[in-house]
Amino acid sequence: MNQDIFVVVEHLRGQVADISYIMLAAARDLAQATGGEVVAVLLGHNAQALASNLAANHVLYGDHSSLAEFTSDAYTQALAGLLSKEAPRAAFFGSTSIGSDVAGVLSARLGLPLVSSCVQIADGNLISQICGGKIMAESALSDEVTTLVTVIPGGYKPAQGQAQTSPAVTTFEVSIAAPRVSLKQYIEPEVADVDISAENVLIAVGRGIQTEDNLELAEELAELLGGVVCASRPVVDQGWLPTARMVGKSGKSVKPKLYLALGISGAPEHVEGMADAEMIIAINMDPDAPIFDIATYGAEIDLFDLIDPLLEALEGA
Amino acid sequence: MTNIVVLAKLVPDLVEELEIAESGTALDMEWLRLIINEFDNHATEQAIILKERSGGEVTVIAPEAEGANEMLYTIAAKGADRLIMLKGDFEDGINNHALARAFAGAAKELKPDLVLTGVQANDDLDGSVGPLVAEYLGMSYVGYISGVSVSGETVVARKEYPGGLIAEMEVTLPAVLGIQAGEEPPRYVAISKVRQMMKTATIDEQEVGDLDASGGAMVQRMYVPEAAERAEMLEGDEEEVAARLVEIFKEAGLV
Repeated sequence: MNQDIFVVVEHLRGQVADISYIMLAAARDLAQATGGEVVAVLLGHNAQALASNLAANHVLYGDHSSLAEFTSDAYTQALAGLLSKEAPRAAFFGSTSIGSDVAGVLSARLGLPLVSSCVQIADGNLISQICGGKIMAESALSDEVTTLVTVIPGGYKPAQGQAQTSPAVTTFEVSIAAPRVSLKQYIEPEVADVDISAENVLIAVGRGIQTEDNLELAEELAELLGGVVCASRPVVDQGWLPTARMVGKSGKSVKPKLYLALGISGAPEHVEGMADAEMIIAINMDPDAPIFDIATYGAEIDLFDLIDPLLEALEGA
Repeated sequence: MTNIVVLAKLVPDLVEELEIAESGTALDMEWLRLIINEFDNHATEQAIILKERSGGEVTVIAPEAEGANEMLYTIAAKGADRLIMLKGDFEDGINNHALARAFAGAAKELKPDLVLTGVQANDDLDGSVGPLVAEYLGMSYVGYISGVSVSGETVVARKEYPGGLIAEMEVTLPAVLGIQAGEEPPRYVAISKVRQMMKTATIDEQEVGDLDASGGAMVQRMYVPEAAERAEMLEGDEEEVAARLVEIFKEAGLV
């Protein structure tokens, strides 16, 4: 085993995902502790140009027609061979629709330890955020074998993992046998009535809104404040709002002037999409809700007690 | 006719206060309130939708825990055919590598065409269960799924990417899918139906034997985070908070 930190670069339809840069920044921190280098691993087909601004000591590029689009099977096969041969100290994957599909399979196939939801590096250890952001866990790297790590945003900015100069690229052989998973087609996001990422004021509702009928209260607030209603995942999964109104990991990223979060706990998957809002106001009954750690203002109060007085006060304003 | 296995587990209810065990490296299980992992709930819904659509059998496997009986009977009331509870040394919690090996051992006997489980759980620290189980069973894995249709030897799964983009993935069966959301929200089931299941349905208990936890995280310590900065908290009753909020909106030029 060597002391290098591998970063499996994620990209989709010709664009490197922000999580890749975030991982490179985290890998830099860890490589300083281990004394190794940061090595970006790029998989694709005619995709070498995507390496141009990766902040890595060098890039390992694997090209294969089966890697033209992400599939779990082809990526896993390509990476299993590489990791066995190179044996880096650690390999980073996004805690995403791409990285999570392969990291676990590789852990089981190669018998390597896996640490998930890593948000920060501290003294060569991995700091994970679990239980909706309410618990942190510090884990050590294995001294004997490669540790696989999935990374969540929050600890590093994408810009920290971007470079002005192109890193050196070496290609490696990829062999992929009869993949059992294939991409049929992409389905574009539904066309939305409003683009929440372009709004100045967002009234965001979470699990705490309890019923579909209660959405009306949020709509009234939105109307008085000149904004629109958006939601965290559980509300959209109930079918109460369309997917286009979802903020977070698999939804939109937003940066409004005001983000009024009603009954949203602030799990990392949600925070990922709204942490950059100019002003966050959180209303939640749980004093330990992680949303209060990133909000500008907070109130530990039942949102149903608050809404009527707030509507009245706004009407009088 | 599809033979579907659902893997479900209970997770900490995050509404309750969480405490760290004396060891300093795990959650204190003693006072933990447990609820069904919401993504496993979606996986259950998806399995029952598939059964209703094209027949087949749904078996649910869950590790023993406080409330696991009730969870299994509830799933039976929704339409699952067979309930299996894994029994073993779980009191202090187990990691997902150990759980996945136990799940795979029990699932293998059932020769499933399709295994569905939640894409993640809030207490995952060594990856999610799905991809581990898939590899232990020698099946393919695809996660972040919010819609599944089975046709013959393959399944077409809707995989979610950021921003609402969907990739339709064709997966050769048998396979494990990590469910993000079912096609429909998890159905409600009346408590009377659950009670009825408690009388009529049987839970098949299976001992898992020695647990192999290798591949898990090497946890040095667990702790409750202390925020560097915290929101300025607005005090007072709802009238006072409302008045203060309007002031804040005015200062920001929003009203």
